[in-house]
Amino acid sequence: MPAVSKGDGMRGLAVFISDIRNCKSKEAEIKRINKELANIRSKFKGDKALDGYSKKKYVCKLLFIFLLGHDIDFGHMEAVNLLSSNKYTEKQIGYLFISVLVNSNSELIRLINNAIKNDLASRNPTFMCLALHCIANVGSREMAEAFASEVPRVLVAGDTMDSVKQSAALCLLRLYKTSPDLVPMGEWTSRVVHLLNDQHMGVVTAAVSLITCLCKKNPDDFKTCVSLAVSRLSRIVSSASTDLQDYTYYFVPAPWLSVKLLRLLQCYPPPEDAAVKGRLVECLETILNKAQEPPKSKKVQHSNAKNAILFEAISLIIHYDSEPNLLVRACNQLGQFLQHRETNLRYLALESMCTLASSEFSHEAVKTHIETVINALKTERDVSVRQRAADLLYAMCDRTNAKQIVSEMLSYLETADYSIREEIVLKVAILAEKYAVDYSWYVDTILNLIRIAGDYVSEEVWYRVIQIVINRDDVQGYAAKTVFEALQAPACHENMVKVGGYILGEFGNLIAGDPRSSPLVQFNLLHSKFHLCSVATRALLLSTYIKFINLFPETKGTIQEVLRSDSQIRNADVELQQRAVEYLKLSSIASTDVLVRAGGTGGRRLPPGPRAGTGWLRGAGNGARGLSPPGGAGSHLAPGRGLAGWAGWGMGHRPDPSTPSPSADLLGLRAAPPAGSAAPTTAGNLLVDVFSDNTSATSGLAPSTEDNFLSLPVMQPGSCQPQMLGLYIGSEGHRQGLAHLFSPPPPRGRFVCKNNGVLFENQLLQIGVKSEFRQNLGRMYLFYGNKTSVQFQSFTPIVTYPAGAQLNIQTKAVEPLVEGGAQVQQVLNIECLSDFTLAPLLNIKFRYGGTLQNITLKLPVTLNKFFQATEMLSQDFFQRWKQLSQPQQEAQKIFKANHPMDSEVTKAKLLGFGCALLDKVDPNPDNYVGAGIIQTKSLQVGCLLRLEPNAQAQMYRLTLRTSREPVSRHLCGLLAEQF
Amino acid sequence: MQFMLLFSRQGKLRLQKWYVPLSDKEKKKITRELVQTVLARKPKMCSFLEWRDLKIVYKRYASLYFCCAIEDQDNELITLEIIHRYVELLDKYFGSVCELDIIFNFEKAYFILDEFLLGGEVQETSKKNVLKAIEQADLLQEVNFSFTRISQILFNPCIITGAYLFLQRSSAEQFGYFTVNIDVYVQWKFQQSGQKICW
Repeated sequence: MPAVSKGDGMRGLAVFISDIRNCKSKEAEIKRINKELANIRSKFKGDKALDGYSKKKYVCKLLFIFLLGHDIDFGHMEAVNLLSSNKYTEKQIGYLFISVLVNSNSELIRLINNAIKNDLASRNPTFMCLALHCIANVGSREMAEAFASEVPRVLVAGDTMDSVKQSAALCLLRLYKTSPDLVPMGEWTSRVVHLLNDQHMGVVTAAVSLITCLCKKNPDDFKTCVSLAVSRLSRIVSSASTDLQDYTYYFVPAPWLSVKLLRLLQCYPPPEDAAVKGRLVECLETILNKAQEPPKSKKVQHSNAKNAILFEAISLIIHYDSEPNLLVRACNQLGQFLQHRETNLRYLALESMCTLASSEFSHEAVKTHIETVINALKTERDVSVRQRAADLLYAMCDRTNAKQIVSEMLSYLETADYSIREEIVLKVAILAEKYAVDYSWYVDTILNLIRIAGDYVSEEVWYRVIQIVINRDDVQGYAAKTVFEALQAPACHENMVKVGGYILGEFGNLIAGDPRSSPLVQFNLLHSKFHLCSVATRALLLSTYIKFINLFPETKGTIQEVLRSDSQIRNADVELQQRAVEYLKLSSIASTDVLVRAGGTGGRRLPPGPRAGTGWLRGAGNGARGLSPPGGAGSHLAPGRGLAGWAGWGMGHRPDPSTPSPSADLLGLRAAPPAGSAAPTTAGNLLVDVFSDNTSATSGLAPSTEDNFLSLPVMQPGSCQPQMLGLYIGSEGHRQGLAHLFSPPPPRGRFVCKNNGVLFENQLLQIGVKSEFRQNLGRMYLFYGNKTSVQFQSFTPIVTYPAGAQLNIQTKAVEPLVEGGAQVQQVLNIECLSDFTLAPLLNIKFRYGGTLQNITLKLPVTLNKFFQATEMLSQDFFQRWKQLSQPQQEAQKIFKANHPMDSEVTKAKLLGFGCALLDKVDPNPDNYVGAGIIQTKSLQVGCLLRLEPNAQAQMYRLTLRTSREPVSRHLCGLLAEQF
Repeated sequence: MQFMLLFSRQGKLRLQKWYVPLSDKEKKKITRELVQTVLARKPKMCSFLEWRDLKIVYKRYASLYFCCAIEDQDNELITLEIIHRYVELLDKYFGSVCELDIIFNFEKAYFILDEFLLGGEVQETSKKNVLKAIEQADLLQEVNFSFTRISQILFNPCIITGAYLFLQRSSAEQFGYFTVNIDVYVQWKFQQSGQKICW
């Protein structure tokens, strides 16, 4: 036992702790604890009333046991009793127990709150501080409810002691953080700001933290704090190291307060008042100057405290981003730190420079340190420092140094820690693409990535290289040659086989002239890898083979032989077996001509049943159009949904429900049957659950129609079987299709007639949307899916409505952290106040790796969402139609059909648009007539429409009549884009 | 700051302070993960690391690791000095503190921390002020002690001397009343017993 026993030692406690420490095993410890628990329980339950000291001792023992990691389910009552003891130590232990073991038992909470209330009112500063500490430590909502109005009073009361003020300020901060809605703003706020002028440095230190937090939500209310903070800071910065007595820390005057003040200033833009700004700039310059002075002490505490202020000042300079001189000085200072012997400083310098790199004023200055940073990447012994170096290289990369940086990262990758490989791979892939001037360099880079770190190359990366090769004629031959060479390696990564298989299947002909890479050599090379690969890759290779038959008729015999072999045609895996059977059949019955256009069957199995077969032929015959994936979004449809959708195509057959979703995959990989499939699946399937729910379909539409809309922009009915969406040799449609896979350019008005789908997708993030509207209200669910395996930080989606006050959109903030592969949901409540034309904007910011991502999208909220369908009889319709006969009430458009004129589809679209379709109103049965009311809070707009298709001319005429001119025009424009 | 953990080189948790609401399960998980991560690091490595969306700042003092989790915009270096100041406070209070002091007087370690940091923010950076608050608390305890056992004091001047000396060290006004009372009482008592007052 140590000699120290200040206050009153609790001997029993010390003995118990010694016993625990002497326990030789976990079991012995548990035994001893159980014995003690039994003892305490019996004491608490016993008839004899315990004196305060024993109660304190036992409660303290319980606390110790809990902190050891054991569960404690009693003793709360005794602890609460201690709170009302008038002995300080007993009270103190009671409070400690309550703070550590908060219990949500409401009866107890009432008692605790009572005790705290008494102590707050006691006017004994020590008791008041204890009570405030307890509130701050627990910080629960119940506490906030009970004390959120009391604490501010204590804080600003004139006769409160300094130490109580300090505790009250931070206590209030904690309550504000947990329950901002419960802390009433009021007269006290202005007095809090003036605490910055307080004589007591401790009070200022505590108050700055509170003000920093409060001003983030109410910047205008606390604006005056800027000038106060600047003058306080300037007084500290210019004071001698001894002026502040005990607030000087290792010769640095008030480092904590300085850092907090600089942090507070970062909540505001640069001060407008020239005098204040001048004073602040002076402070910042002084801080930068001090960094150059010789240290006043050799102690690390001295340099740490000094540099803490320096880094915070640099953060402020970066935040202002308006003083080129200071920015460059900051950069030079950080440059010195890059070579400092303290690892901590090198780490922080790299981190801080990352943000400097994004400022236009300092980007060039940061770039001058490239050699040092590369050196850090190579030689730092600490992986976290190396990671910072990689982040900085990524941030400082531009066209001038991309090649150097990418090659350094690639060579680092060979020895990089496993924990950061995937991130580096993605960084290299992004940089290589972003700054590629010549695409052969890009292809080399990505293939190198696969060679060096194939396991960490995600689908997105290798899909992307294929997409780029397909879209750029000038690089295709080079790509084919390079993959061919890469595949020569005795052991190459499966991803390389995939890329190789795909590229040779498409462009193998470009190198077939060379006898060293003749068709048969290519085939043999690929096939030599076949048996080592997973099912998904083998499926892809089979598709490559059927393409080879088309590209090189001379390989037909060999390939047919392979397909016919038992290991293919009788493969245990149903997907491989089916492909083998189908391709074999296809290669023997189809003419070369059909193969040219339809060879892509390969991607998927043939549909079952004879009718489906004809469907396929007809589809193939229809040519190259529409073979891209549905809307770029379909690739993430849930299987069930996808099938339902396709069934609505009127193809005359319903796909076998056991077939895996055909719409999903382009490369024939994703939907490979689960058995034995090693295909990476996760990221793309994030949204599956969202779309598997059909119930919210609007206006009682069959779910199928909705899916039709999803795919309408690119997919034509009857043009092709969905099962045919696989690999489509050489067709333009296919090329566009691949483009969609990566960054689907959302077709205009994609969401006008439907409520659910994928709103946005890139390599990192996928955003799904699901919405429902009733009358003038709507609810929209946004699903943010992290497609990577690295978490997103500071994830903040913000919805704004720029145009005015026509829409009222409410939402809650989402968790700032999105784990890799995880999905978060955000709900928007939308109220339409009056008619509008502009869509609300969704801005998403998050940090991925070291870099800030910023995405702005239009939300699919259009006026027609607030349509309420209205049924009416013919005579009513015409009566109203005539009433709306003024020229400005009518909007009309005559336009060419962009999609085949299918009456079912048109009907579905009109219903999806939101109006009721009225039968037998128009004398011409080919025309469509609709009616509905746009519901807004302030007014309702009746709306009649008529759509007249002209099949011969492939034209439509659309007429809208409403009582408001802008509504007519806007709706007419929206709807016209849909046909 | 989101939380502070003190653990030994063997991975035993000695003190935990949480400034954000978390379930016991989460706390245990975080502790396990962090203790493992930090213990695995080599001595010369930097004191900061990224962990989930937090920054971890840690430093080793003898057999104890002090480990703080701060948020993205918080300052790493000043956090390092928060740790150091806390160690100084413990040191001053216990008199060259060691791990055992914190084990056996864990409640004191918590009380000192509460005076220094509240709600995850620095409350008072002056060493004097923090220790004054703690010592006042200790004194208050002595006062109570002396009043409740007044009869014993009457017959045991040694205890009185101890208590009295203790009180003399306090300069706080709020104890003035007690001090004076005991002062008068003790002097009277000593005169009664014919002993000299010696300090």
